[in-house]
Amino acid sequence: MTATEAKTDTIKPGMKVMTMLEAITDAMRTEMRNDDRVIVFGEDVGKKGGVFGATLGLQDEFGEQRCFDTPLSECGIIGAAVGMAVYGIRPIAEIQFLDFIYPAFDQIVSEAAKMRYRSGGEYTCPMVIRSPYGGGIRGGHYHSQSSEAYFCHTPGLKVVIPSTPADAKGLLIASIRDEDPVMFLEPKRIYRHGKGEVPLGEHVVPIGKGRIAREGTDVTILCYGAMVSVCEAAAEESAQHGRSVEVIDLRTLVPLDEEMVVASVQKTGRCVVVYEAPKTCGYGAELSAIVAERCIEHLEGPVVRVAGFDTPFPYTLEPLYLPDQKRVLAGIEKTFVW
Amino acid sequence: MSKTKKPAATTKAPPKVKARAKAATKPRGKQLAENSLPRPGFAAVGNPPSHTGGLVRVLDDEGCIEQGKDPNLAEDTLLFLYEQMVQVREFDRRMLMLQRQGRIGFYGPILGQEAATVGSTAAMEMRDWIFPALREGAAAMMRGLPLVEAINQLIGNGNDRCKGRQMPCHYTYKEGNYYGMSSVIGTQISHAVGAAMAAKIRGDDVVVLGYLGDGATSANDFHSGANFAAVFRSPCVLFCQNNQWAISVPCSKQSASETLAIKGKAYGIPSVRVDGNDILAVYVVTKAAVERARSGMGPTFIEAVTYRRLGHSSSDDPTKYRDEAEVKEWERKDPIDRFRRHLLRRELWDDAKETALKERIAKAVNDAIAAAEASGPPADETLITDVFAKVPENLKTQLTEVLALEGRRVNDGAFPL
Amino acid sequence: MSELLTIIDRDGKTQKGEDPNLPPEELKRLYRLMVHTRLLDERGLALQRQGRIGFYLQATGQEASHIGAAYALKDSDWLFPAYRQPGILQLRGVDLEKVISEWFGNDGDTSKGRQMPVHYSYREINFVSISSPIGTQLTHAAGAGMAAKFRGDDTVFMTFCGDGGTSSNDFHSGLNFAAVYKAPVVFVVENNGWAISVPQRSQTSSESMAIKAQAYGMPGIRVDGNDILAVYRVCKEAVDRARKGDGPTLVETVTYRMASHSSSDDAVRYRDAKEYEAWQKKDPIARFQLYLKHKKLWNAAFETEVIESGKAQITAAVIKAEARCNLPASSMFDDVYMNLTPQLKAQRQELMDLIAKGGVGAECGHFPL
Repeated sequence: MTATEAKTDTIKPGMKVMTMLEAITDAMRTEMRNDDRVIVFGEDVGKKGGVFGATLGLQDEFGEQRCFDTPLSECGIIGAAVGMAVYGIRPIAEIQFLDFIYPAFDQIVSEAAKMRYRSGGEYTCPMVIRSPYGGGIRGGHYHSQSSEAYFCHTPGLKVVIPSTPADAKGLLIASIRDEDPVMFLEPKRIYRHGKGEVPLGEHVVPIGKGRIAREGTDVTILCYGAMVSVCEAAAEESAQHGRSVEVIDLRTLVPLDEEMVVASVQKTGRCVVVYEAPKTCGYGAELSAIVAERCIEHLEGPVVRVAGFDTPFPYTLEPLYLPDQKRVLAGIEKTFVW
Repeated sequence: MSKTKKPAATTKAPPKVKARAKAATKPRGKQLAENSLPRPGFAAVGNPPSHTGGLVRVLDDEGCIEQGKDPNLAEDTLLFLYEQMVQVREFDRRMLMLQRQGRIGFYGPILGQEAATVGSTAAMEMRDWIFPALREGAAAMMRGLPLVEAINQLIGNGNDRCKGRQMPCHYTYKEGNYYGMSSVIGTQISHAVGAAMAAKIRGDDVVVLGYLGDGATSANDFHSGANFAAVFRSPCVLFCQNNQWAISVPCSKQSASETLAIKGKAYGIPSVRVDGNDILAVYVVTKAAVERARSGMGPTFIEAVTYRRLGHSSSDDPTKYRDEAEVKEWERKDPIDRFRRHLLRRELWDDAKETALKERIAKAVNDAIAAAEASGPPADETLITDVFAKVPENLKTQLTEVLALEGRRVNDGAFPL
Repeated sequence: MSELLTIIDRDGKTQKGEDPNLPPEELKRLYRLMVHTRLLDERGLALQRQGRIGFYLQATGQEASHIGAAYALKDSDWLFPAYRQPGILQLRGVDLEKVISEWFGNDGDTSKGRQMPVHYSYREINFVSISSPIGTQLTHAAGAGMAAKFRGDDTVFMTFCGDGGTSSNDFHSGLNFAAVYKAPVVFVVENNGWAISVPQRSQTSSESMAIKAQAYGMPGIRVDGNDILAVYRVCKEAVDRARKGDGPTLVETVTYRMASHSSSDDAVRYRDAKEYEAWQKKDPIARFQLYLKHKKLWNAAFETEVIESGKAQITAAVIKAEARCNLPASSMFDDVYMNLTPQLKAQRQELMDLIAKGGVGAECGHFPL
């Protein structure tokens, strides 16, 4: 399933063409119908239906008890979600932008992530924190950052990032059903970017399994979120130069589908890691380290990172900041100069 | 309009205002007790005001001064306040239009809140500092930020002081002691308090005005900022523009407290609830709070009750979540109309003056737009400058590598908020 | 607002009409709990001083405050405690061996040795895992209260923080959320005068902690925290209010931290001995003893029995707990997630292999706080 435009006349039965945003809403709707413990809250998620519209219609269908607006306090949102999860319901907390999550950082890394461990497994924190992240919407530094690495660095949290509408639905449902706290980061730039076929009703994509978005034999690109379609396009262009590029959409950063990564790089012998976040200490650094540790005998060139700059996220010069097709292509070529 | 183009002219008004206002606030001294504001009509939070009562007003709906409340401001102060409000509104209208035309990317309109911003900023001295939130850009312009510079920021062009790094409406104006804000709600509150603490430590005669909205009272920084302000008796004024809406969340769902002003009590901060659409009331209340801070008596919390008549920003559609009747009701309470009625009543204003003012403003705004739009985008190098004082080598390499690639383009989406 | 509610006066007599008239057996039980809590604290500190446990934190002086508050709850009600409410464990009948095992972090510890001493967690009594960061439990209680309300349960949630906790982010958000959603929560602020070395007057300029409730639109009550009956009565009213659906209450219990912040702290360095002596005269156990004496429920024999039985139980539990085994090294990898991730499995294997070879284990220093 890719995020490219699907024609309505070729839709398979049981499928519907949706944007990622619609698929996310559909996932929440599906789970809220399935399980009355599931509730959704955050800033502006009620009447307004979320600033991006991810919760549109949920309050109408499920009432103000199960989909509601909160005071403007991320610390309160996540802290309350922790209490709810400990008590036994399934909160889905929306943080309006990942850039706004820091007041809740303590609650996430010190509380949600450690609840199971610190209570010896007696109390757990099954909850989902949904948050749009990443650039591409002219949002300046407070509405564009990719800070997934902070959360990947916190044991106890799972970190999931979809790149297609179908995955967004399947992964979100899996996240809601997961017994551990999940950071569900939504690449907002592709919220409405392309549509794709999404299974209606029940659809679960397991957490911890990557997806080979495009098969190839010469070089592996590891990517996630909004970078997947950029990498696919670069792979397509590279094919015209005779390179066979394999694109792996990680889908889950924690726990990582390490075997898929290793198998692919061992097969191709080359690896490019693509992510939007600042280059230094980004999640791609972890990927590079894993490839170095486990695939060194197979490597035919350096592991190359294509990433955002080590600068705050700019407003006007955003297009220059974000890794694009050209930069990915240049990254691919770098692995061949050896 | 000429006032914002000539900083000197703008800065003249406040000192004059001060002289008159002082006379008007006599007697002070002992009466400015630590936990109460002495001025008649000020709501002491100790006697919790109801939502309708306890609101400080000077002008009634018809623009008449309520009995015994005339602050006796100088005529040119009154005219200054009026002209600023009209200018703010016109600038706001034009900028929103530019956004609709796709000429700027985003805009956060202040329609309906002109009195709250203009009245409070005018009550400060130029040496005082201002820590704004999204809807107080007018304060920068009142302090002398040229219109063209404001528009440069809105466009994010090469002449923008922020070098195109911030979203629109995130002005910065250091010469005017106007701080460049973040988009994150409430963070400026602790900054304002910290600046005031620093001013106190250094013995500077500086008061800090920190703006916030009703939503920000729920933010962490309100809690820590207000607490620090009180514990350290810092010379600041926390000015809350209660415009009733935090994007789509009404004030009633933001807090269960009787009023926002009462929150000051949790920190031991005297608080006032003022009609935010009454410029004279806003002015005198802020002035008293500033004087209190300046005389070493610590912070004051002001809740200015006003209304956000448009959406949260150019990306928001308020009809989805609120009743149009409510908006209509607040249109009738328009702060500019109310003050104009007052000036007309006192024969300080007339139609000819109004027309002349509007023409002057229109021309100034037009000229500023033309000048701003003539500027190109920021240089690519600005992407890596100012991250640190000195550009590190790795950043140079990162940029050089990318600039070496040709035909780069990234598709941009639209900003939702 | 600043009025301090008291029932038992200095002479152990009660204000007319305010005695909640608890049955004699219950009064004696409360007394026993207070004394045992203090004895447990004494033993905990002694074990720390002897180097047998790494850290200890006493609640001395605050026995009335937290036992009185929790006594107002039903057993089915939940607690989101801070770290100075150990009396609740005995109130709700947690086996002492389990409690003391937590200090040792051995295989009898329900938290599996993952937390510092006194950071208890007992699901069996609805006592939610304690965190070291200040105040985080306040939003949890608000959230749990919201959840119970959504589900229509009649559970009430009691959470504790200190005077320092009122400055935390979570105090602000927790109280605001609880009030906006009318959650069935009782916030007990144990104002013990000190946040480690920072006195209350440097913590806030407000006239009281209770007054802070007004900022959120909930009732705030200030009660003598060294008067167990007053604390109980006020909390009972707050609990009933919450259970009826009338929303949260803030209760400020004015008390005093008689000990240092913890075994790593020395309060002599920053606080006046006179202050301590003044509060010693207000000792909550002594005050309650006088009350019982008046009611003819206390005599020297009872006192001896309470103390001796307490010591004996504690000693027996210490012996049993100390004899328990350390936790297996592999347990370090459990409970990070419900299931081990492949990465954790690999890391665990790596460690087990190293341990098999011997010589693994880093030197550790001492805790300063």
